Amino acid sequence: MASGEVKVLGTWASQFAMRPRIALNIKSVDYEFIEEKNLLEEKSQLLLQSNPVHKKVPVLFHGDNKPICESLIIVQYIDETWSSGPPILPSDPYDRATARFWAAYLDDKWYPAVKSLGIAEGEEAKKTAMAQVEEGVALMEEAFGKCSKGKGFFGGDEIGFLDIAFGSFLGWLRVVEKFNGAKLIDEAKTPGLADWAERFCSHAAVKDVMPDADKLAEFAMIVVAKIKGLGLAAQSL
Amino acid sequence: MMDLASHDWRGMNLRFMKREIYQTLDQAISPIMAVVKLLGTWLSPYSCKVIWALKLKGIPYEYIEEDLSNKSPMLLQYNPVHKKIPVLVHDGKPICESTVILRYIEETWPQNPLLPIDPYERAVALFWIKYADDKNPLIPKLYRTTGEELEQAAKECSEILGTIEEHGLIEGKKFFGGDEINMVDIAFCIVAHWLGVFEEVAGIKVFEPHKFPKLNSWAQNFKSVPVIKENLPDADKIFAVLKRRRETLLAPKSN
Repeated sequence: MASGEVKVLGTWASQFAMRPRIALNIKSVDYEFIEEKNLLEEKSQLLLQSNPVHKKVPVLFHGDNKPICESLIIVQYIDETWSSGPPILPSDPYDRATARFWAAYLDDKWYPAVKSLGIAEGEEAKKTAMAQVEEGVALMEEAFGKCSKGKGFFGGDEIGFLDIAFGSFLGWLRVVEKFNGAKLIDEAKTPGLADWAERFCSHAAVKDVMPDADKLAEFAMIVVAKIKGLGLAAQSL
Repeated sequence: MMDLASHDWRGMNLRFMKREIYQTLDQAISPIMAVVKLLGTWLSPYSCKVIWALKLKGIPYEYIEEDLSNKSPMLLQYNPVHKKIPVLVHDGKPICESTVILRYIEETWPQNPLLPIDPYERAVALFWIKYADDKNPLIPKLYRTTGEELEQAAKECSEILGTIEEHGLIEGKKFFGGDEINMVDIAFCIVAHWLGVFEEVAGIKVFEPHKFPKLNSWAQNFKSVPVIKENLPDADKIFAVLKRRRETLLAPKSN
């Protein structure tokens, strides 16, 4: 079963690093959080050795196992390894497929649009990126209605896989709203998500790992400046 | 459902009888016949992935060929978000995205497992499946570009092959799945078969056997597996289609 020390390598600001931490909290598993200090400019030896393919956080270390990479894969590993704790993935295969479909949509289609919005130059570029981001949020509002089946989370009564996948973006979403003077999740446009967001952020498994919005906004300005300055592609985020 | 054997047929008109019989038979047969449907296209690797998974597990299905230049109302209804194939329909419920479909198939029909059971081994397998999913869209750039763009595409492709060769394949293991293929082998099918066609269309060689010996070995083994071999779209047919596409894409734009 599950034996051995658990460590998560990540950063305080990374929405991806937040995901395994939420999962471990749900399962009441103690872990050590190792902060990667200078992700953009100088990656640590530990990171380069444990994730040579992508050189990205998060990385999970569990006992004697070799490191596990990719945030949602780590979440699934945590769910399967500590199977006696509260379940993270839904039990029905079709519900699991739905959760995975939306998680893939968020990471592969929606988040790149959020990133482009962050570094977009000029009104046209901003408008295009914003439209894509808004479309995604509208789809998630609809998905919330179907997945939650009247309950408080995508996972039903309790936080599940899709809550973690989408909820981890909430901090950065608030930063995007602030910088663009826009409201993406609010009572008027997305009532389901507005309530869900509050519920998610105040959940015991989430509140200590969700970064403070102002701190994140400050950090975002530094990151965007660095990305533009270093001429890095948005992929490096 | 009516009990055909004990029903009193006397005095019933013929048309009514026929309708009742057909409806009864249809109700009996439909659950067996139309439970699994697959919307795909013959040359898509993503479509093939699902076919292989269904065949490896012995699941009967109805295949529907989609014309992507004229998408059917059924496809648009089943996949409104991406409007793409493949789509698996099981008991009337659609599942989209090939990897999501494969994981659904794995969980619904556990015979002949395509993923490791051990959570750590499974996490490693899923890592490489995700790697394949993330990189697969870059590989077709070979046949869609020319000049500097093609050089860049070739460089990216070479890096991808190098990563798999160095980090993904284990010396001595016939397949990613060990002695039998699994979902990881299936995920890398573009490298095994379609990449060769892209190279021919573009007139460029990236997958050189001496540079990527383990990967080359793996590709030959993969294509020899009976289920794969018997359900692989013909390379010449793919070539013909992609050559035309390339010509259209790269044709000088009229002013």
